[in-house]
Amino acid sequence: MSLDTPLTIALSKGRIFDETLPLLAHAGIEPVDDPETSRKLILETNMAHVRFLIIRASDVPTYVQYGAADLGVSGKDVLLEHGGEGLYEPLDLGIARCRLMVAGLPDVAAPTTRRLRIATKYVKSAERYYASKGEQVEIIKLYGSMELAPLVHLSDRIVDLVESGNTLKANGLVPLEHIADISSRLVVNKASWKMKHGAVTSLLDALREAVAGRSTPTQSAQIQSDRSRGPGS
Amino acid sequence: MNEERWLLPAGIDEVLPPQARVMETLRRELLDLYASWGYELVIPPFIDYLESLLTGTGQDLDLQTFKLTDQLSGRMLGVRADMTPQVARIDAHHLRRDTPTRLCYLGTVLHTRSDGFAGTRSPLQIGAEIYGHSGIESDTEILRLILLTLRTAGIGETYLDLGHVGIYRGLARQAGLSPIGEHALFDALQRKAVPEIEALIAELGVSGAPARMLSALAELNGVDALARAEILLREADPPVREAVDYLRRLADELGRWLPDVSIHYDLAELRGYRYKTGAVFAAFVPGWGLEIARGGRYDDIGRVFGRARPAVGFSTDLKELLRHGQRADTSDAAIYAPWSAAPALQEAVDRLRASGRCVVNALPGPEQDRHDPGCRQVLVERDGRWELDDILAG
Repeated sequence: MSLDTPLTIALSKGRIFDETLPLLAHAGIEPVDDPETSRKLILETNMAHVRFLIIRASDVPTYVQYGAADLGVSGKDVLLEHGGEGLYEPLDLGIARCRLMVAGLPDVAAPTTRRLRIATKYVKSAERYYASKGEQVEIIKLYGSMELAPLVHLSDRIVDLVESGNTLKANGLVPLEHIADISSRLVVNKASWKMKHGAVTSLLDALREAVAGRSTPTQSAQIQSDRSRGPGS
Repeated sequence: MNEERWLLPAGIDEVLPPQARVMETLRRELLDLYASWGYELVIPPFIDYLESLLTGTGQDLDLQTFKLTDQLSGRMLGVRADMTPQVARIDAHHLRRDTPTRLCYLGTVLHTRSDGFAGTRSPLQIGAEIYGHSGIESDTEILRLILLTLRTAGIGETYLDLGHVGIYRGLARQAGLSPIGEHALFDALQRKAVPEIEALIAELGVSGAPARMLSALAELNGVDALARAEILLREADPPVREAVDYLRRLADELGRWLPDVSIHYDLAELRGYRYKTGAVFAAFVPGWGLEIARGGRYDDIGRVFGRARPAVGFSTDLKELLRHGQRADTSDAAIYAPWSAAPALQEAVDRLRASGRCVVNALPGPEQDRHDPGCRQVLVERDGRWELDDILAG
């Protein structure tokens, strides 16, 4: 695949970057620098017109929505929080798989005299989930280490991404309810889709082919995954 | 506390010199342009009964509208978030003409939440509508007007995006989707979320040709989308095929009027799906992720005001146009006149002002010898005559 149209692709460091690279390589795109060793935030690739932006996972939808990047790779968890407005998400890359779950201490009944308190980084997803269950809850926004909240009685439950469940287990928590399966999506800016249609769709086709042709997707990734806590972290 | 007195609310802006002048010049040029095409200006009120603001457009505007209670009537008032329903009321209820009516409008609208980049909540909406004609000819006129508007604003390269709400609406009906299912699938289609679209189609129990055609919609975009639609949607009900045919005829017509404009088709792009009834369109500019102008056909909008007439129109935000256009302040530099009641000076000043120049009178005071920074020339007396001298920089 050759590209004459300039394309900017937003990626986040860590698991998403590592697992997206083989897919992009199938499309013939490879970075010149390694983001783990380079401090550059804009990485050149072997294609003169294609560059990568290295940004925080939760910023990827914003960069793509406003056209600072034409495309990006973003976890579904991040897209659910962002709302996905102004974006296309045409392809499930099937990488960085995990589950959005309710977790808590085992064998602890829900309080009867007050509302259930939920600590989470995923405020909108948690609100939506409990609203769909017809349950009024209190949500406490945290930025990390959610597992701590039930232990120190900050909350009754947490809503968080679960991959292997090892972090939960190490803190004496158990997964309780499944909210959604999470994986990373290719996101595309609406205007880029229209104005760079040829380049965007040929990249999309190459990635789709790479996703379809990939053998046993994430078995090994799931085992080594606790080092990077999911696509949203 | 004090240091926050100058702060403006989020998304509310003020326009300063020289931008305000550039904006005003553009405003006049655009209204003159529309007038030269026969569009009559209307000035709807800034505030209105909520129910007439929200009519037709339904929930789309409900959350976007600032609301307050009218102390006189006890009814809810809204600050308009979109002027289109007000203009529709003017056509349907007040003008009641039987011939095509062309109306244009300009005014500030307020949004409770910003939906654009830079987070503006107070766009200066400008737009034009044709009531009383149904067909590709009035669509074409509105599309030509969009491009002229962008060109007047100094925006060079433009892409048009065309779609038709009748295609999805017809396919949803053919597939027997419930309103809830139709809405859920609509939402996934707007995001071209192919995995979700396929999951939803299966979940809603759609199979066979309708399922294939609904999932094909997400792929039906690009310059060749219409040709592919004719093949992929050949098993669709007549209304769907008529909608595709309508777009194709519109494309042919546009080819005659706008041969140089890049047109992109997207059959899953359904802005304002709930109240649009036909072709929908948007304009994009390079390097900007959001549409800069939008419009379409909404033939039923006047029904609640007593008269359903075909309608097609577009609107854009004057501030947004200025942000993307190459427009500068083209007014002549000002002239500085000393403070004096001398009749000869007054005559010279009047003559210059009548010829369109800007003359600033000096006001007596310690600063009077320091020329106004906007002035490039000064009036000086030589042998009883007042003449212009250039002000040297520094």
